[in-house]
Amino acid sequence: MAAAVANGDKGFEVPKLEIKFTKLFINGRFVDAVSGKTFETRDPRTGEVTARIAEGDKADVDLAVKAAREAFDHGPWPRMSGFQRGRILHKFADLVEQHTEELAALDTVDAGKLFAMGKAIDIPGGANLLRYYAGAADKIHGETLKMARPCHGYTLKEPVGVVGHIVPWNYPTTMFFFKVSPALAAGCTMVVKPAEQTPLSALFYAHLAKEAGVPDGVLNVVPGFGPTAGAAISSHMDIDKVSFTGSTEVGRLVMEAAAKSNLKPVSLELGGKSPVIVFDDADLDMAVSLVHMATYTNKGEICVAGSRIYVQEGIYDAFVKKASEMAKKSVVGDPFNPRVHQGPQIDKDQYEKVLKYIDIGTREGATLVTGGKPCGENGYYIEPTIFTNEEMSIAQEEIFGPVMALMKFKTVEEAIQKANSTRYGLAAGIVTKNIDIANTVSRSIRAGAIWINCYLGFDPDAPFGGYKMSGFGKDMGMDALEKYLHTKAVVTPLYNTPWL
Amino acid sequence: MAARRAASSILSRRPIPRPVAASSIGESALLGAGSARGWLPGALHRFSSAPAAAAAAATEEPIQPPVDVKYTKLLINGNFVDAASGRTFATVDPRTGDVIAHVAEGDAEDINRAVAAARRAFDEGPWPRMTAYERCRVLLRFADLIEQHAEEIAALETWDGGKTLEQTRGMEVPMVARYMRYYAGWADKIHGLVVPADGPHHVQVLHEPIGVAGQIIPWNFPLLMFAWKVGPALACGNAVVLKTAEQTPLSALFVASLLHEAGLPEGVLNVVSGFGPTAGAALCSHMGVDKLAFTGSTGTGKIVLELAARSNLKPVTLELGGKSPFIVMDDADVDQAVELAHRALFFNQGQCCCAGSRTFVHERVYDEFVEKSKARALNRVVGDPFRRGVEQGPQIDGEQFKKILRYVQSGVDSGATLVAGGDRAGSRGFYIQPTVFADVKDEMKIAQEEIFGPVQTILKFSTVEEVVRRANDSPYGLAAGVFTQRLDAANTMARALRVGTVWVNTYDVFDAAVPFGGYKMSGVGREKGVYSLRNYLQTKAVVTPIKDAAWL
Repeated sequence: MAAAVANGDKGFEVPKLEIKFTKLFINGRFVDAVSGKTFETRDPRTGEVTARIAEGDKADVDLAVKAAREAFDHGPWPRMSGFQRGRILHKFADLVEQHTEELAALDTVDAGKLFAMGKAIDIPGGANLLRYYAGAADKIHGETLKMARPCHGYTLKEPVGVVGHIVPWNYPTTMFFFKVSPALAAGCTMVVKPAEQTPLSALFYAHLAKEAGVPDGVLNVVPGFGPTAGAAISSHMDIDKVSFTGSTEVGRLVMEAAAKSNLKPVSLELGGKSPVIVFDDADLDMAVSLVHMATYTNKGEICVAGSRIYVQEGIYDAFVKKASEMAKKSVVGDPFNPRVHQGPQIDKDQYEKVLKYIDIGTREGATLVTGGKPCGENGYYIEPTIFTNEEMSIAQEEIFGPVMALMKFKTVEEAIQKANSTRYGLAAGIVTKNIDIANTVSRSIRAGAIWINCYLGFDPDAPFGGYKMSGFGKDMGMDALEKYLHTKAVVTPLYNTPWL
Repeated sequence: MAARRAASSILSRRPIPRPVAASSIGESALLGAGSARGWLPGALHRFSSAPAAAAAAATEEPIQPPVDVKYTKLLINGNFVDAASGRTFATVDPRTGDVIAHVAEGDAEDINRAVAAARRAFDEGPWPRMTAYERCRVLLRFADLIEQHAEEIAALETWDGGKTLEQTRGMEVPMVARYMRYYAGWADKIHGLVVPADGPHHVQVLHEPIGVAGQIIPWNFPLLMFAWKVGPALACGNAVVLKTAEQTPLSALFVASLLHEAGLPEGVLNVVSGFGPTAGAALCSHMGVDKLAFTGSTGTGKIVLELAARSNLKPVTLELGGKSPFIVMDDADVDQAVELAHRALFFNQGQCCCAGSRTFVHERVYDEFVEKSKARALNRVVGDPFRRGVEQGPQIDGEQFKKILRYVQSGVDSGATLVAGGDRAGSRGFYIQPTVFADVKDEMKIAQEEIFGPVQTILKFSTVEEVVRRANDSPYGLAAGVFTQRLDAANTMARALRVGTVWVNTYDVFDAAVPFGGYKMSGVGREKGVYSLRNYLQTKAVVTPIKDAAWL
């Protein structure tokens, strides 16, 4: 039976939304694209056009880089103290918080994300991250060194320069602040390309940053497409660093463009096929809820989605039954409706791709336990879906949709082996009460984040990033600052020193 | 005696200048964000007008402070309460010696109540149990409130401590807010290490709050010392019992009330006004206190450490006295060096633990330096600290005032040349003339002991080796200034001086991230910076076997 569709439910209010910012933000001003072109951003609830946005391409990226270069080479931002930068970031955070409702609504119409979650988590989370890095801006330490000769040596941590950020559409706010906050704290200037699906909140943030006192040219936002604007950033000779979050395939292109241009360092936060391993000793209800959340959060459009669920044989059958019941109870519908658990997929492409994977799964012999179909009359809604059975491509490739693949295992060794049999290594979940299993499996899984008896354990202080083809470089935590800093060693001889 | 004659002839010239037309805050850059601007020649011109002959500002009618004293009771468990004994003591306006207010006098019984409240707040209360981010937000709100009440706070601080309003309002109160924001930013970045083991073990280090911290702060920088102590203790999740100096109880009570307004749970910060031998000693020997931090004299620091040892072996941080050298090399621009050395000593009426109180000057520039230091001291504007343009207010109290004058006498008696000042300024309150001694020898008392007043002692040297040896020949090791353009000399001295802070071509830079503390008898431990967090954190290693580890 299909999951409930709450689209007919009219017992909720869709906030009136005025789209204020649709142009490129370059050097502190909203401007049209050089080409004069625009593109449409659509509401995934209906597929209808929300706004027409200035379409940046190479010429606009050039202008934005020029502004960022000027702001870095001659402007006040890298020259003010970390504390002063921190004060501005605190103000930015306060402004974000003051506009929570409006920003959450923008992300909902742009990305189909749950409005309630946006208000409770995404937007305040962005403000929190800004505050974390506001507090970090005056805590960037070099070190004095222990030299092998009579020399005095020390390191300086210098801002890397002009940064290009390429941000995905699944968490337009969170990803924006993952990238922008530490780079601002470090004293860098930047050009941000939001995804073409979700340019609205990024432009709003550019406006708020200016209001908070971020100087012109420090933060430039150029909406546009990957092959044009994105490629221009990745291959730009005057960008000193590129930070990208998105698919593994595009990540490869970014790195290649960086290599072919000025060898700029790159950090990549890419795809995943993250395992959640549920052991026999787990509390079954807790495990089912955890796995449900891991798979279906943000309609499965999340790089760390728990998309391979390994359940130990002792509780496997009971688990499948309960997981299926829970998926069926999940309410799919308008993300502005507070009763709804799951909104539409981002766009037609993704929607069709997810349905194609569901089709492949069925044809390859996986057992469809529940879901598997689109729902609603318009928009890009898909039922929460569960497959069982092993060794299918749906358990290898990133689907990026509400599709759970449930598989059985016997021993700890087998679980580890299966969990690691992927080219990805972004995150993993472990559900067990046994300390030895938790510790052994935590070290054994080749992934950047391990969540034990929880999932999506994101925190401003916890660095996040992948192993293997899930990428390299960390977002969040003090580690993320490192991406935006150069280390310079300064050495000078010492004479008549009393100690070395 | 020649020296006595010199002293009396100086005195007959009434070297207390009238306020000059100083339109901006004289020493605002002093503790600023690493800036040397205030030290450099442009700043000198502000003070270049000729000294007036008579009519000391110090003798004028004192300006009425623009603030009411709202809080005079002890702050225990979130409430302002009378002392258990019902007793009070007077806190005095150092401009006049008049009573500002009667303040509840805490003693052992009140310390017991405060520790019990702190203990409860730590053992059962929400403070260590809330997220670090929430603690961070409380401290950030506190910083905002300090800024909103900056005028009142600065006025209280000036009234109670005799510090110029330009200094408290322009520099100190903003710095308290700045320090609080700094520590707020640390709250959610306290990291333990995950440690490599020699065998199949998983090892983590947890940095836990240490518990109830007892903190004793001095009267020379009541608010800044409040921030240095309370900021890191709270950011790390501790509860605190703070004893303020009996000379300056007012500002801490005021800001502590703001901290509660910012959302600090009751019992987390308790403020007990009182005296060292009663309240201070009770705090140091208390079995329910897990940690002590003290700033004050070396003599009292010894007692604090001893009481900690005799009671429950609580760890102690001490920030004590100093006799910090300020070394002027022969390549120095003398005008700049004179100004910097002048401020290094005279700042805050000379009541700084790190005052540059031994001015070592290279023989090649010595005579010029002495002449110009004299002129600068004679130009120093002494007067009502509430008046604009005044550079130096009164000393804190009669005891300090008398002690400083005894040291001045000792300088004269021991044969140092008194080139400026040497007596009280005005006829009431605790004002002292900016005083300069030249030809000071290492063995003189004024070159060895901490005077804690506006008395500069200038000594001559000829080589780097010599000055390093003499600078280090002190039981103290708090700070040093080095003034030179020569990179190699700067690097050599920076390493050779046995002190906790070396300021090269600057002085008194107190940025939040810079650790501060002493070598030798100047203290134990460091405050400010990431280092300050160590004072308020326990270190717990958690070890468990790891089966079939994928790597070690």
